Amino acid sequence: MSRTWSFYGQGLPQVKEPDWPGRLIAIEGADAAGRSTQVAMLEEWLERQRHPVLVTGLRRSALVGKLIARAKQGTRLGRRTLSLLYATDLADQLENRVIPALRAGFVVLADRYIYSAMARDLARGAEPEWLEQLYGFALRPDLVIYLKTTPQERLGRALAKSPVLDYWESGMDLGLAGDRFTSHLTYQGLLQVHFDRLADHYGFVTVDGSASKKAIHEQVRSSVEQALEGGNELAGS
Amino acid sequence: MAFMESAHPYPGRLIIVEGCDGSGKSTQLALLKRWLEAMGYPVFFTEWNSSELIKGATKRAKKAKALTPTTFSLIHACDFADRYETLMLPHLQAGYLVLADRYVYTALARDVVRGCDPDWVRNAYGFAVRPDLAFYFCAPLEVSLERILGGRPELKYHEAGMDLGLSNDPAESFRLFQGLIKEQYDSLAGPCGLVTLDATRSVEVQQEEMRAIVAEMLNGYEAPEMAAGGAKVTAPAALAAAAADGGGTP
Repeated sequence: MSRTWSFYGQGLPQVKEPDWPGRLIAIEGADAAGRSTQVAMLEEWLERQRHPVLVTGLRRSALVGKLIARAKQGTRLGRRTLSLLYATDLADQLENRVIPALRAGFVVLADRYIYSAMARDLARGAEPEWLEQLYGFALRPDLVIYLKTTPQERLGRALAKSPVLDYWESGMDLGLAGDRFTSHLTYQGLLQVHFDRLADHYGFVTVDGSASKKAIHEQVRSSVEQALEGGNELAGS
Repeated sequence: MAFMESAHPYPGRLIIVEGCDGSGKSTQLALLKRWLEAMGYPVFFTEWNSSELIKGATKRAKKAKALTPTTFSLIHACDFADRYETLMLPHLQAGYLVLADRYVYTALARDVVRGCDPDWVRNAYGFAVRPDLAFYFCAPLEVSLERILGGRPELKYHEAGMDLGLSNDPAESFRLFQGLIKEQYDSLAGPCGLVTLDATRSVEVQQEEMRAIVAEMLNGYEAPEMAAGGAKVTAPAALAAAAADGGGTP
């Protein structure tokens, strides 16, 4: 059975009328929203259902993954360059990892997809139209789950993960506040506004990220089950 | 879509050169740079694909043949953006004459030949300001091909456009690829306001014309008061006269 895929814009020049049997599911949410925990639980469940799974994320491309990590340690990185680097990273993963996996019938779990990159860029003043067209190469996922939490919750979790609040996750480059605590809260609030707008615009399935891990997992699983039942054959089912 | 329609608001000036490989544009820009510096102008030069941050990754990926049309386009946009944000823009804001060997038109020509959507490429580079002067060194294909193929037989994979699958022979692929690039440049030149120069003429004649056009553009330009070592800046009128004399400082 074949299915159709669509891109947000012009797509990829060498890809014509794709009919890959896999599924693409994105899990979104701001820093320390509990995404990775949910991705791990979902991966385990999917594999128990005999589905082959590939997990992708940000900064995992062979092309520029390490370069981005290194650049973020330095002090020269401009905002436009950072935007384009993330777009390059996502495009490289899409073409070299995601599409081959979809072709082979995998369920691809994107632990962050284009929307996280967009939210961060929007918080830094990027034009929404510019971003939308830039990410015109991106494949439209079957499902986007958005773990929604408050900036206060995320701050608590971020400190539990690491005693030093991350420079970028605190939006220190924006000069929002002199101290990291205030900057983190302000920046995460700003991200929230943009994630909420993106959720409306792109039709995310919003899940309350303040609930227990198990309760969230159940909600996530039921959305994923529906997406998998989209009437197409997947490998392993 | 609106693409670099309005002039930039900065005190500096941006002069860029475009053209096929072997069109002689880099030679011309180097001569222009020497002349402007001799006049005491603050000059900053930058070239395509030279970002200290990005170029290593581009080089590795090209060697591994790991680039698709989309990632080829994007990584070059990263290189451009880094140089734009950290080098070109601050120099324009500070009042420098910024000279760029290749600008966004190179991406437009090459990426479109590789199959990328023109509007998508334009958008990716949509943050860049319009140059004050953009020269297109235009020569018949055979002339630029002869300059490259005559003297430098070892063509790199992407340079020869081998990734397009036009031909298995690098020299033949290069010919076909450069022909397609030239078609793009020719169609961009008018709408993008490139100043087309006949690149078949002698280096000296081309340089003379280039200097005259630059001198005219510099009317009204004021160099910032920061020239290191107190370099003296020649007034634009004297510049124009020097250009008309057919030289000034070589």
